[in-house]
Formats: sequence, structure tokens, C-alpha cells
Amino acid sequence: MGQSLYHKVFDRHCVTQLASGQFQLFIGLHLIHEVTSPQAFAMVREQNLSVPFPDRTFATVDHIIPTTGAGRQRPLQDPLAEEMLQHIEQNTADFGISFFSPDKNDQGIVHVIGPERGLTQPGMTIACGDSHTSTHGAFGTLAFGIGTSQVADVLATQTLAMAKLKVRRINFSGALQPGVYAKDVALAYINRLGVNGGVGFAYEFGGEVIDRMTMEERMTVCNMSIEGGARCGYVNPDQTTFDYLKGRDYCPEGEAWERAVADWQNLASDADADYDDVIEIKGEDIEPFVTWGITPAQSVGVGQNLPAVDSFAEADQIVVREAYEYMSFEEGQPIVGTPVDVVFIGSCTNGRMSDLREAAKFVKGKKVAEGVRALVVPGSQEVARQAIAEGLNKVFDEAGFQWREAGCSMCLAMNPDQLQGNEISASTSNRNFKGRQGSPTGRTLLMSPAMAAVAAVEGKVTDVRKHLEN
Amino acid sequence: MAGKIVTEITGPGIPLRGNDIDTDRIVPARFLKCVTFDGIGKHAFADDIKGLAVKGETHPFADARFANAAVLVANQNFGCGSSREHAPQSLQRWGIRAIIAESYSEIFYGNCVSLAIPCFTADHETCAKLQDAIESNSEGDLTLNIAAATATGPCGTIALQIQPGAQSQFLDGSWNARTGLLENLDAAKAVAEKLAYVSNYA
Ligand code: SF4
Repeated sequence: MGQSLYHKVFDRHCVTQLASGQFQLFIGLHLIHEVTSPQAFAMVREQNLSVPFPDRTFATVDHIIPTTGAGRQRPLQDPLAEEMLQHIEQNTADFGISFFSPDKNDQGIVHVIGPERGLTQPGMTIACGDSHTSTHGAFGTLAFGIGTSQVADVLATQTLAMAKLKVRRINFSGALQPGVYAKDVALAYINRLGVNGGVGFAYEFGGEVIDRMTMEERMTVCNMSIEGGARCGYVNPDQTTFDYLKGRDYCPEGEAWERAVADWQNLASDADADYDDVIEIKGEDIEPFVTWGITPAQSVGVGQNLPAVDSFAEADQIVVREAYEYMSFEEGQPIVGTPVDVVFIGSCTNGRMSDLREAAKFVKGKKVAEGVRALVVPGSQEVARQAIAEGLNKVFDEAGFQWREAGCSMCLAMNPDQLQGNEISASTSNRNFKGRQGSPTGRTLLMSPAMAAVAAVEGKVTDVRKHLEN
Repeated sequence: MAGKIVTEITGPGIPLRGNDIDTDRIVPARFLKCVTFDGIGKHAFADDIKGLAVKGETHPFADARFANAAVLVANQNFGCGSSREHAPQSLQRWGIRAIIAESYSEIFYGNCVSLAIPCFTADHETCAKLQDAIESNSEGDLTLNIAAATATGPCGTIALQIQPGAQSQFLDGSWNARTGLLENLDAAKAVAEKLAYVSNYA
């Protein structure tokens, strides 16, 4: 029986089995941001520990950073945000850790800059005090979101105590229909397997649909693994992976590059690998998805009506009822036509070049519907530069979108970009939890960038396939 | 320095019904703007509390009957969502010292272990029964025994489950993983040396 990538990479990094039965894993790349690291540095200082591998940790600021030029002037207007920024500046300086910062124009969302810089490489173990670390799995890595105590563990030892996971292969066969995107693939598997279907598992995404995807699309699929309960998700590395990485800042060059590729090729799951579970999803069956509730699994194909409460298992009905009440939606109503107040295009799920390009296609020459507030927030300053070079900022600007600077923005309520009251947003982010976008009564509909762009133009949830000929 | 040994937790219970209670509800994101965890306990369930108050209802975390609670009884997939430790930190600083639920998100569970908060699991009927019992007698103490994995209180002694790994970590004080990890630092460095990427495939 062959091995899956999960086990190959796990074995390479295993230091020892701990008394608890868990394994001590070496962590090849540690990413940190301003929200979950200050307390970890405090723990390290309190225990008088050192950071033995400072060159394997990289920092950025993304959650609290304002996304307007004026808002980014120091000191930041919000004293709490300023304090967090100062802490990460001080901590990275004190411990000799690289910091991708607005001052150097290389700041961005942690899960956008890791791959963009070529820090994320196949076969690595990656940890970050952030759930969406699973994004990096697109490169054939084991990438885990961790808590703050564990961030301190990695700082102090470059290792983590981890249990071994089971591996579920999710095979997407066939091809996607026009108007169906990586985001829909992600929402589809979460809809199918539920928000806790992945507990205890690593998800391996494969099949023709995934094979054909670009790296950015694979990142979108892996990004949402955690929303399906899986501790991590990955795609086996292939030529697409190598082509993406070649020439990036932190990647090896020349002969070293050849050695790296040879190594990476061996890491992919063997054809006869043993999986704990295998799921098949037909690419043709996936519709453009929209969430209607308060968990990422509460979604429907854009052509469908909202499900009846009693179509859910009894145990799930409480949260389904709660979702209907919170969203002020009715069972059986179509999702199409739902008016939106805000459109947010960005986040570590869909804030990369290909996302902005795709959204721009549906916006070009159109106007944002009256009364709709629409934001485009590039995932990093590098994405912003490229987009500007391609003139995308103009396209959005002329249509009436606000073109912003890089950050997490309206994905979560830690910076000035927030919903007001019970506004409904069409959002390309990954979480539709109650209050997630800043207003305790704000409502979030998750969808692909193309669907969000069309929603901005129409002022309501619209089937992107109707706009395809344009 | 190993952590303290945790064998038993005793205190009043607090029922929190519903599946998929996520970390953003446990502590809303706008309260995460902090560089220490001090004071985060008072923000536990802030929005849910407000939301119910508007309707004239009382959230358990705002209910005077449960003000001294130490044992939280929840349902499925408790603590899903973010990896941020702010959620269990907030519960702990509010006063929660142990949790019983049908299931947990994994990261949340791990974070609880590293804060010495034992998390037990039980089936739906058991959790519902415990929630009802706490509701009708909020004063009564629940005693959770880690080694036996039992809860003793108003409804007698009930069998629970606890992950064997976590159980032994509480019983021998090794729930604080850092101590064990630090002991193997040399072995970790040896593993790093064998990883070609650590030297950028030189
Ligand atoms: S964009 Fe959203 S999900 Fe991604 S790291 Fe930022 S806050 Fe987290």
C-alpha cells in the first residue's frame, strides 16, 4: 500500500512521540500576525525562553490595518490597533524576525504573502495562529491553524505537539460549468460534508477539477478546509505548483531548484495510497453557491430556494431556525433577488490577482447599483501593484467601487471596514458567522468574486451565468 | 516546570444550548484588539447576550443564577470557527474550568487542553439531561473526575468520555506541552538538519 502526502510529510517532520500519545512535529514555516502573537511573545518572555529559529518565522500586519491611505497614517487612529502594530514591530525587532510591513510596501494578508513570496513550498509543515492557514495546503504542505499558546510553542521550540489525523480524499471529477469557480467548489464540499464533517481529518483535494486549477484557485479550495471542520487540507504538488513557485523571492535557484523539484515530485500521494475515507463530487453538479445562514454549510445553489427547517436532521434544526431568525429569511424563498447593501471583494479566500481580474470582467463598463457600497480590497500590496499595473483599479473605480489598500478589511470586524446595522453583504470571504463583519446584526452572504461583482451591479443576488456572454 | 496536576473539578454548572457555537460568538472579533488576555472574560458572549436582552430574554452567561458557574455544558461542534485562543481564554477568565459537550472543534479542544480546561464529551441525551438538571438546580455542584471520566451532581454519577491523550496530560501535568517540547529541542534541531528545505536545497 502506498502512502499519502500527509503521512510522507508528517514522517519527515516527526521529532518523537510524546508521552501524551501526540507527536512532536518540526515546523518548517511559522507565520505570525498582530492579533494572535503579542500574548505568545509575552509567554516566551515570561518563561525567559529564546527563539531558536528566528529565520523560520515571518510576520505581517493584516487584521487591524485600515485600508484607506489616510487611515494608515501613524499613529493609527484606533489606539488599540496602534498598540498591536507597535507590539509586532517591537517583537519582531527584538527576536530578529522578518516583518512584511506597510513601511516597506510588502505587507499583506498572511495567507496571501506566504505563497506570493515563495515562502510556502511543497513538503513543508506550516503553522500560523490563524485558522485559514489551511490555505497553504494548496502547495502540498501540512498547514495548521494554531492557538496562541501553540504560537509560543513554535517560537520557543519550532515544534508543535500534534495528533495524527485521518486522511479523506475528496475527488472532484469532470469539469466545472462556466460561471462556477473554486469558491463554489469550496462551498460545495462544505455543504455536502457539513461544518464538522472534517473533524479528525486532513482533506486531500484531487481529481480532474483540481488538477486543472491554477494555484490561486487551489488556495481558495484549501482556504475553507477549516470551515468544513478539517484541521488542514491539501493538494498534491504538480507542474502547476512548480511553475507558480519558480523565480519567487524565497525559492531556491539553479541546481538547487532542480533538487527541490525532484524532492517535491516524490511527495505527492502514491497512486495506491491508502485513505481513511474517499468522497466523490462531480464537477458538473456544482452550481454557483450562496450561503443564506450563519454557518458556511448553510448554502444553496443560486438557482435554488432556501431549504425547509424540517429537511435537516433534528440536531441541526436549532441552528437552522436561529439562522432564519437572524437573517430574517423565510423557508422556501429564492436566494436570487435578495437585495444587498454592501459588496466586499477581498480576503485570504478571494483577494488575489485572478479573483480581482475575474470580478473586473463583470464590472467593466457597468455601474454599482444605487445604494450599494462596494469595496475591492487586494490581498497584499503586491497584488495591489499588479492590479494597478493592469488597470483594474480604474475599472473598479469607474464602476463606483472603492479601491482600497491591502488587508483583511471587512472579512472581520477588527478595522474600520464594517457593516452597519442589519446590512446584507455579498462577500467573497469565508465566514458568515453572526456579527462577523462588524455589526452584531450584520448579515453575510458568501459567494465567488464573479457572483459578488454581479451582485454589486444588479444590487441583488444574481446568477452570474446570466452575465456570462458579456 | 510541568503544569499542575488536574484530577478533579468541582463547581456549579451552566447550560448553553445549540450546535455550532463558534468562536466569534464566544468572544466577538471587535474585542480581540488587545495585546494581553486580561479582561477578555467580561466580553464572553457579548453579542449573544445583547441580542437576547433586546427580546427580553436572558443568555445563560448573563443569568445571575449561573454567575458562579465553572462547568459549561454545551452541544455539538462547540468552539468551531477560529483558531484564536481568545475564545477559551475568555471562557476561562469568565470562570469556566471544564466543559462537557457532544463534540468540539479540534483547534478549540487543543487550546482548552493547553489552558488546563478539561473537555469531556457525552451523547446528546446526556448533555440535554445535564442541561435540564443544571437549569432546575443552579446551585448544585457538579464534580468532574478526570481519571474516571464521570460527572457527579444533581442527577447522580454520569459516565462521560475524555480523549485518553488529554486525560493523561491532565493527570500527569503535561497539558502544558511546551515543557515536553523544550526537552527535545536538540532532537528537533537534528530533524531540521535533515530537511533539505531548511538550507534552501543548497
Ligand atoms: S482575510 Fe479574513 S479569514 Fe483571512 S486571515 Fe484575514 S481575517 Fe482571517
